[in-house]
Amino acid sequence: MSKLAIEANGLTRYFGTKPVVKEVNFSIPVGSVVGLLGLNGAGKSTIIKMLMGLLEPTRGTCSLLGVESTSLGPDERSRIGYTIEGHFLYSGMTVRGVEALQADCFPKWDSLLYQTTLQRFGISPNERIRNLSRGQRAGISIALTLSSQPELLILDDPSLGLDPVSRRALNETILSFMEPGDRTVLLSSHMLDDIERVTDRVMIMTEGRIVVDSSLPHFVSRLSIWTCECSEPLDRVHIPGLVSRRQVGRQSSFVIVDVDEEAQQALYRLGGDSVRQEESTFDEGVMAYMSRSRSAASLISS
Amino acid sequence: MRYRIVAGSNVPIFRQIADQIARAVATGDLKIGDSVPSVRQLARDLVINPNTVAKAYSDLVANGVLETQPGRGYFVSKRRQVFTKTERLRRLDETIDLLISQSVSLDFSVSEVIDRVNELFTQKLSVVHD
Repeated sequence: MSKLAIEANGLTRYFGTKPVVKEVNFSIPVGSVVGLLGLNGAGKSTIIKMLMGLLEPTRGTCSLLGVESTSLGPDERSRIGYTIEGHFLYSGMTVRGVEALQADCFPKWDSLLYQTTLQRFGISPNERIRNLSRGQRAGISIALTLSSQPELLILDDPSLGLDPVSRRALNETILSFMEPGDRTVLLSSHMLDDIERVTDRVMIMTEGRIVVDSSLPHFVSRLSIWTCECSEPLDRVHIPGLVSRRQVGRQSSFVIVDVDEEAQQALYRLGGDSVRQEESTFDEGVMAYMSRSRSAASLISS
Repeated sequence: MRYRIVAGSNVPIFRQIADQIARAVATGDLKIGDSVPSVRQLARDLVINPNTVAKAYSDLVANGVLETQPGRGYFVSKRRQVFTKTERLRRLDETIDLLISQSVSLDFSVSEVIDRVNELFTQKLSVVHD
């Protein structure tokens, strides 16, 4: 078995009486790029904060690079790169100044990498942070994180509010970070196109639970999309593997995981000759899971 | 040859790459023995995960379009048949199904379609054999 970069067992967190993360289990081997998806409030940032040891789990455990998150020391932390949501930087400092501040804390600081990453985002080192665009600020915070040469990179919504050029620069930066092969990235995002390009595995959260944990090609191939005009009330027919359904005019559209004989028969009972199978896309699959009903089927493959 | 992909399409990225290479081989843009870019190079050019390219290439190897020479990369292989007769028929039927439904909706008769297929077949094959 390959080494694990990230592991969570029964991870649970309450805020007051409200459970925000519920019994989450997953393990991410070294060498993967994993996309963590979910609506706002699904629990992504809470999981990331627990992984980083910034928030104590109510129940369960998690670990990074084999060390339990609640007892990460300076040594382990210097091997982990983390960018928080929103890219906080001191606005009065220069681009060079924030580097000097950060570099002092990391023994393996790579100044050349800092400069190359800045170039990708089109940033000059003498500029003041306050004069930079949001995309450029994101570039700096990524550059700061990468230049400490971490083994594990955790990015909390790094592409929020980025223009297309900065998004491309971000994707390139993540992929070139992965090139040595012994590194790992966990990335939360709402940019489905970027996730489809960059990651090899997706995890989708709804209401504090992980409902999808799958390699990217698997995810799309196990889902299928069907439309029909229904003659019977929808809730009278049970469709096995149903993830979500949507009504557009008289047409109902169904996303189904691992469709089988029984599911198809149920569809034909609902729609008769009007049943059609549509092409499925990554976006639609993700969207279906994010808006799925509570009883929907999940898709976890090891 | 220039490779292009789009994210968010109804064709997964790995299949877009595989389709482009298979098409280039079929039309003669890529010839037997030609090399394709390394996994790493193509991933870098397209800004995508290298595993996606690797998946496309391994599918093409399984389909007999590419072959791999250890340490040297991937090459267009001599045409060889890796599928059984039944499987070949199944794959052909899939495409013909599509052709039939398109032909019906565009109002072409069977004989018109067959004539057209004949015409294009000769055209494409003459390119390959030039």
